[in-house]
Amino acid sequence: MSAYGKYVVKKFFWYFVTLIVAIALNFLLPRMIEGNPVSVIVAQMTQGMTESDTIKRVYDTFAAEFGIDQPLHVQFFIYVKNLLTGNWGTSFGLYPKPVTEILASAIPWTIGLQLPAILVGWIIGNVLGAVAAYRKGVFDKVIFPVALFVNSIPFFTLAIIMLYAFALTLKWFPMHGGYDYQMIPSLSWEFIGSVLRHHTLPFLSIVLVTIGGQAIGMREMSIYELNSDYVLYSKLLGIRDSRIARYVFRNAMLPQITGLALSIGTMVGGSLICEIVFSYPGIGTWMFTAIRQLDYPLISGCTLLIALAVLLANFTIDLIYGWIDPRIKAAQMEDQ
Amino acid sequence: MNHSVRILLKSPKFMLGAVLLLLMIGVVMIYPLINRNDPLEMIALAYQPPDSKLLLGSDNFGRDLFLELIYGIRTSLQVGLIAGVFATAIGLVIGLASGYIGGMIDNLLTAVTNIFIVIPSFVILILISVSIDSRSSFVTAAIIGITSWPWTARAVRAQTSSLRNRDHVNIAKISGYSTPRIIMYEILPYIASYVVMAFVLQMASGILAEASISMLGLGPYNTISLGIIMNWALVFEAPVAGAWWAFIPAALSIAVITFSLYMMNTGMDEIFNPKIRS
Repeated sequence: MSAYGKYVVKKFFWYFVTLIVAIALNFLLPRMIEGNPVSVIVAQMTQGMTESDTIKRVYDTFAAEFGIDQPLHVQFFIYVKNLLTGNWGTSFGLYPKPVTEILASAIPWTIGLQLPAILVGWIIGNVLGAVAAYRKGVFDKVIFPVALFVNSIPFFTLAIIMLYAFALTLKWFPMHGGYDYQMIPSLSWEFIGSVLRHHTLPFLSIVLVTIGGQAIGMREMSIYELNSDYVLYSKLLGIRDSRIARYVFRNAMLPQITGLALSIGTMVGGSLICEIVFSYPGIGTWMFTAIRQLDYPLISGCTLLIALAVLLANFTIDLIYGWIDPRIKAAQMEDQ
Repeated sequence: MNHSVRILLKSPKFMLGAVLLLLMIGVVMIYPLINRNDPLEMIALAYQPPDSKLLLGSDNFGRDLFLELIYGIRTSLQVGLIAGVFATAIGLVIGLASGYIGGMIDNLLTAVTNIFIVIPSFVILILISVSIDSRSSFVTAAIIGITSWPWTARAVRAQTSSLRNRDHVNIAKISGYSTPRIIMYEILPYIASYVVMAFVLQMASGILAEASISMLGLGPYNTISLGIIMNWALVFEAPVAGAWWAFIPAALSIAVITFSLYMMNTGMDEIFNPKIRS
């Protein structure tokens, strides 16, 4: 097997183990609720209900769904089986809508917002960071403190400030939602325009904060590389500056890719809260609603989905990393 | 040690961060002694704009927002501090154990660390907070600390395992020193600067984590934190009411606290890692 193949198999194994741990946590932690979770939930569900028959029926439904009368490991297997067959439970808040249906309606919004925002922010941030390190002087003196300050603003803080400035005061952009609510989703220009207008502010607030963090990291990596021996040696050899810059950029880039993998969880978490500020119809806003209504199945559906998405993103980045890291290629050539 | 402190005092970045932070700590310690009102007392109408009496206006319940903000900053700093201590302590112990002992224990602990680096701590934080009914700010801080140690553990492990085979450690081993003593006197001094820096970063991310979780409505009960102020503002639609004073000061306070901590961290980083000085 090629070195890259081995790398992929090894990574896949570890991500599989991580996946199982994530699912187990998602299963175990909500079951720490003191007392019998089903009776706690049913007590909340049936507040105000008087008919004892109905209450009993609700109790039995949930008891069966949770498999509460079985030992813990059997419950876990029931849980995993339900997950695999697409049965993620029924929402309390929007009873009797299944959790999967709610999540499926939210996923396109969240992905459409976060994936481009994080990628764009990451790319711009890296370029700015590299330029700041390379040009030094005024450029560095301006970019660096600004980036540092932007980076310390939490995602949702910037979101709230932008909401207030551009949506409320200047009225350039709409305040909340994913599209004008009187519209019916369709493939018309009008609808797409409305979606884009609603997309702008949350998108920008995620991009700006991401730029800050990435620029700082890239600047540090580039300065580190610029001070290294190979740069001095290349300069003494008289190699053109643009070429050296390319070497430096490639070397500084590798840790930045790992950095993206490691910080993607935090970024996704921050962006989800950004959604709440704009009442964007994605996972974050649903989770906010679910928490306020103590809609346990929806909460646990959201957390599981977020964990899965972050794992998948990490795995993808790791695969790309293995493909471009020259050290793994070198090992491949040695093998042949 | 004195020497490095003296260099630190000369770093403008570190000093800027430290002065900002100390100033803020000073204000939130002293102001409640001057204004002895209860921050939760309703003294005005809803969303009254700032004037000479109410410095930052009132919130949806007609409470003095400036006083709430002071108490909020105090809680947030406390939460950050406790979370930072927990995260750094756990990370340090796991990192030292896996880096110094090596072998099977190292493999096991590294695997656990890697697993918890990938699973977003945000998710675990939500799951635990949803499951615990009465959360004090201490409990929230402890949960944040317990979910954010893997970064420190990984960094400490890397440092420790490279230190383990240095000559001075080997000499200490041959001289028959006990393991705790070797770790205490031969390893820790070398990673102390990293640990302090990690602690500062953990404190900043602890404050951010508290704000995020409180925004979601899973913050500590019976207290005021910056995240809780923002949660109230969102739940009671302060932006729609045009009440910027209900959320912008709290939002900026979080930014200023984290900024000052990041500044301190960058200042220290440039001193302890001369290679990244520009």
